[in-house]
Amino acid sequence: MKATKVHIEKDGSGDVTLTLEEPEDMWHAYNLIRPNDIIRASAIRRVVTESVTGAATSKKIHTYLTIKVTTLDFDAAASQLHVSGRVSEENDFVRLGAHHTLDLELQRSFRLEKAEGWDSVGIEQLKDAVDTKSRAELWAVVMEEGLANICVITEYQTKLVQQVNQTMPKKRAIGDDHAKSLRKFYGILFETLSRQIDLNNTPIDQIKPILLASPGFAAQNFLNYIKTLQQTSNGKTLGALIAKITVTHSSSPNVSALAEVLKSPAVLSKLGDTKFARETKLIDSFYESIRKDDGKAWYGPNEVMVCVNKGAVGRGGGVLLISNSLFRSNDVDERKKWIALVDKVKLEEGGEVRVLSEAHESGKRLEALGGVAAMLTYPIFDLDEDDEGGDGDPAG
Amino acid sequence: MSNRRVKAVGYEDDYDEYEEEEEYEDGEDGRTANELSAEDQELMLLNTVKVKSLLGEDFIATDQEIQDALWHYFYDVEKSVTYLKNLKRPFTTPKKSKENPVSRFDQATHAAEANIKHTEGKSNTSTAKSKNGTVVNGVTKDVAGMSVKDSSTSKHKNLNVVEEFKKANMKAAASFVVVGHVDHGKSTLMGRLLYDLKVVDEASMERLRRESKKIGKSSFALAWVMDATTDERERGVTVDIATNHFETEKTRFTILDAPGHQDFIPNMIAGASQADFAVLVIDASTNSFESGLRGQTREHAMLVRSMGVQRLIVAVNKMDMCDWSHDRFTEIQQQMSRFLEIAGFASSSISFIPCAGLTGDNITKPVTDIQNAAWYTGPTLVSELDNAEPTKRALDKPLRMTISEVFRTSPNNPISVSGKLDAGSLQAGDTVTIMPSSERAIVKSLTADNYPADWAVAGQIAVLNLADIDPIHLKHGDIICHPSTAIKNIKSFTAKILAIDHVMPMFVEVHRGPLHVAGKISGLVATLDKASGNVVRKKPKVIQPGAVARVIVELEREMPLEAPSKVILRSEGRTVAAGLVEE
Repeated sequence: MKATKVHIEKDGSGDVTLTLEEPEDMWHAYNLIRPNDIIRASAIRRVVTESVTGAATSKKIHTYLTIKVTTLDFDAAASQLHVSGRVSEENDFVRLGAHHTLDLELQRSFRLEKAEGWDSVGIEQLKDAVDTKSRAELWAVVMEEGLANICVITEYQTKLVQQVNQTMPKKRAIGDDHAKSLRKFYGILFETLSRQIDLNNTPIDQIKPILLASPGFAAQNFLNYIKTLQQTSNGKTLGALIAKITVTHSSSPNVSALAEVLKSPAVLSKLGDTKFARETKLIDSFYESIRKDDGKAWYGPNEVMVCVNKGAVGRGGGVLLISNSLFRSNDVDERKKWIALVDKVKLEEGGEVRVLSEAHESGKRLEALGGVAAMLTYPIFDLDEDDEGGDGDPAG
Repeated sequence: MSNRRVKAVGYEDDYDEYEEEEEYEDGEDGRTANELSAEDQELMLLNTVKVKSLLGEDFIATDQEIQDALWHYFYDVEKSVTYLKNLKRPFTTPKKSKENPVSRFDQATHAAEANIKHTEGKSNTSTAKSKNGTVVNGVTKDVAGMSVKDSSTSKHKNLNVVEEFKKANMKAAASFVVVGHVDHGKSTLMGRLLYDLKVVDEASMERLRRESKKIGKSSFALAWVMDATTDERERGVTVDIATNHFETEKTRFTILDAPGHQDFIPNMIAGASQADFAVLVIDASTNSFESGLRGQTREHAMLVRSMGVQRLIVAVNKMDMCDWSHDRFTEIQQQMSRFLEIAGFASSSISFIPCAGLTGDNITKPVTDIQNAAWYTGPTLVSELDNAEPTKRALDKPLRMTISEVFRTSPNNPISVSGKLDAGSLQAGDTVTIMPSSERAIVKSLTADNYPADWAVAGQIAVLNLADIDPIHLKHGDIICHPSTAIKNIKSFTAKILAIDHVMPMFVEVHRGPLHVAGKISGLVATLDKASGNVVRKKPKVIQPGAVARVIVELEREMPLEAPSKVILRSEGRTVAAGLVEE
C-alpha cells in the first residue's frame, strides 16, 4: 500500500490518502477502516432522474463519494473489500444520508479519516500496511494420500485456496488399485497446484517458494512424481519449480498443521525471520509456559486485564498478545478498552505488545484462547478461582 | 472399461463369427493361461480350488470349464458355481424374445442375482428393435450391459436377522488389532502367524523371499505378507492397516495389522476401532523396549484402552535376540503391568506371551530353543488368541456400520464398502443411508467376516456390495444406517475427556474410528472428580494430564456423531485426550 498523503495531527485528528497496490492491501484496509470512519473513494452509482413528464431514466455515473462507514465486508478468498455506509457529503447525484456500498479497487486511492482520531494501534497498523519491503509470500500444500490443502501464506494471512480430495482404495494383496489411484491423485493435485500458481504464465524467476508437508511420505512422493513429470515434458519450467520446493513434515493434512510446518527448521532456514514465524514462536512459548503451570501465562479477557492492572505485564519479559480482530469490534467502547490496554502495557508498563493477525494460524490459536493472552514478569496464581465465584452466582 | 469387457464376453459367446470380433480380439487381453499375469494365475488357481470344493465331489467339471467360468465372472466364485451347475442342466430357452439369445454366462448371472429390473430391460429392447439392421447387436449390448449394471437389486428376504443369528449358532468370530512401537515386529509376527497356519502358501512366501532379497531386505519377507504397497516395502514401514483372516478350530479371526510409526496413528486408530481385543507387540531386545515405552508402546496402549478395548495380549517379541532370558521377560512384564494398570486395563485381562516372529517360536508351536526357554510353560500366541471371549453384540440397537474402506471387488460389484458393524444388523436388499452425505443405497449382496452371507450383525466385519449410489458419496469413516434411524450430523458437542496432555482451548483433530475432522476445543466447562464424576472446578484455564474434564468441541465441518461415541482428540501429532461424547 502507498500512502500518497499523510496528514495526522498530534491529537490524532487528520486524514490519510492511500493507494491499494496488491491484494494483500485489502486485508490491511479491512483492519484500518472501522465503523464510523469517514472514507472517500471513487464510486459507481446508478442515478434515477425523473423528467417533468414523469418518465424515469436511469444511468450509471462515475463519481467520488464520501461515506460514513457502518459495516465492512471482507472476502478473504477473493481479496475484496466492500464498505457500506451513508453518504456524508452531498453532491449533484446523491443526497446526504443515502446508503452506498463502496467496492475498494486496486490501483485506486481513497481517503480515510478516523472518527475517534488516529490512536496508537491505528498508526501502528498504518505503518505495517505501508511497509512493503518485507513481503514474504509462499505456497504451502499440506497433504496426505487422498487429501491435500493448497494454501497461500502471506505476511498477514493464511488462505486456503483449494482442497483436493479423493477417496483412496486401501491396500490389498492383489492388484495395484492403490498405486493407480495414488498416481491419479498426484496428477490431479499437480494440475490444481500449477493452475493455482499459474505455472505456465509465470516467468521462471518469479515462481514463489512452495512447501510440501505431510505425515509420512506423501509429500516426498508427490515431489518424486513431479520429478518424473519433468523427464517427460516441459523440463525447464518444472525444473525451476522443483528448485523452489521444500519438503517437510507435518503431523496432519489439515490447515491447522501449518503452524508446526512454519516453525520447522527447514522452512525457517529458507524463509528467514518472517512475521508469521515470529508469531508462531511466540504462541508456542505461551503454550509452553501454560504447560509448566508456573502462573506466568494467562489468557482470556478478564484474566489478562487483571494481570495488566497488577503490573505483571511490564518491563523485563512481559508480553501482551492480542488478536487484531478485537480492534475491529463494532462496539466503540470495547475497541477503546483494548486500545487503552495496549497503550498501558506499551507506554506505562514498558512491556511488549504483539498484535497477531487472526487470519494466520498463530492468530487463530490466539482467537481460540479468547483473542488475548499475556506472559507475565512474575507469577500470579488462582486467577481463575476469582473468576469462578463471579460466574458461579448467576448460574446458581 | 467394465462395459467394454462385458460386451466382449457377449460377442465371444454368441457371435463368434460376428463382424465386431476384431474389437474383441484387440480390445481385450487374451485369455490363454500363459498370457495371464502372475497375480491372475494365482487367483485363478486359488479360486479353482474354491469352486471345486463348493461344487462338491460328485460334480463333474473339468479345470478348463471352471477356469473359463471364473474368467467370465472375473473370479467371482459364487457366480461361477451357479453357472457351472446350470451348464450341467438341460439347456433352457432364454426368457427374452427369440432374437435375443442370452448367453449362458448371462443366464447364470441372472440366476445368481435374481430379480432383474425388467422394465428397464424391456424399454431398451424396444429401442434397439426400431433400429433396423442393428437389432441383434443392439439387443445383445443391452442384455450384456444389463447383466452388469441392472441386475443390482437382489430380493429382500425379510429375514428376522436377530432370530437368524441366534439360530445360526455360528463359529465364534473375533477381530484383533496388532499395535506397538515402530520396528517392534508387528507385521513380521503376523506374517509368520499366517505362514505357519498355512494361510499364506509356500509359493507366495517363496516369491516374497525372492523379492525382498532382491532389494537387500530379506528379513522383511514375512512382513511383506502384510505390507503390500511399494512404499511400505521400500521403506520397511507399515503405513496403513492391513486386514487378513485366519481360522483356528474354535474361532475365525480377523487381523488388523496397525502401523507403529507416529505419523500413521490416525490409521492405527481406524484399525483399533474395528477390533474386539488387541495384541501389543513389544521388542524385548536391549533398549528397544525402553524407547518403545517412551514412544508408541505407551501411546498405542492408551489409545486402544480409551477406544474401549478391554483385553490385551502383550506379545514380547524378538525373544531370540536376548536368548530367551527369563529375567528380561519378567522385567518387561513387571514394567508393563504397572503401566497398563494405570492406563486402565484390568490385570486379569492382560496376558504376556514370549515369542519370536522371525523364527516363529511360540507362535503356533512351542519354542525350539528348549534349553534357554525351559522356564516358559504357558500357551503359544495362537492358543492364547483362542481364549478370546466372545464380545457382546449390540443387536437391538439401530444399525451403525463405519466404513473403513471403499473399493471395487469386481466389475459386477463396482462399489463395495467394508467396515465393522458397531451396532444393529442388516441384510441383503436393505436400503441404507450413508451419513454424513445422507445419500441412499441398496445392499446388493454382502459378506460377513469374509464369508458370503445374507445378513450381518453387530460385531462382524462386513463387506457390502452397494448399488444405486455414486461412489463420490462414500468416504472412509462414513456411517451406514437405516434411513429411519439414521445418525445425525453435528457441528459441536460436549465430551467428557481424560486428558493425556495439557488441554486448553486449542485446535484439535477429532478422531472417531477412521474418520477425523479438524475442530477446536472451544470451552473448558469443568474439571471432574475421577471417581464420582462430580464437578471439582468450573471453567478451568488448563486441564492437567491425567485429569478428567468436560469440554465443548466445535468442528470445522459436520460429522456424524452421537452419544456415547468414543473420540480421540489429537493436536500437532500428539494425542491430547480421549473422550466420550455426551451430547
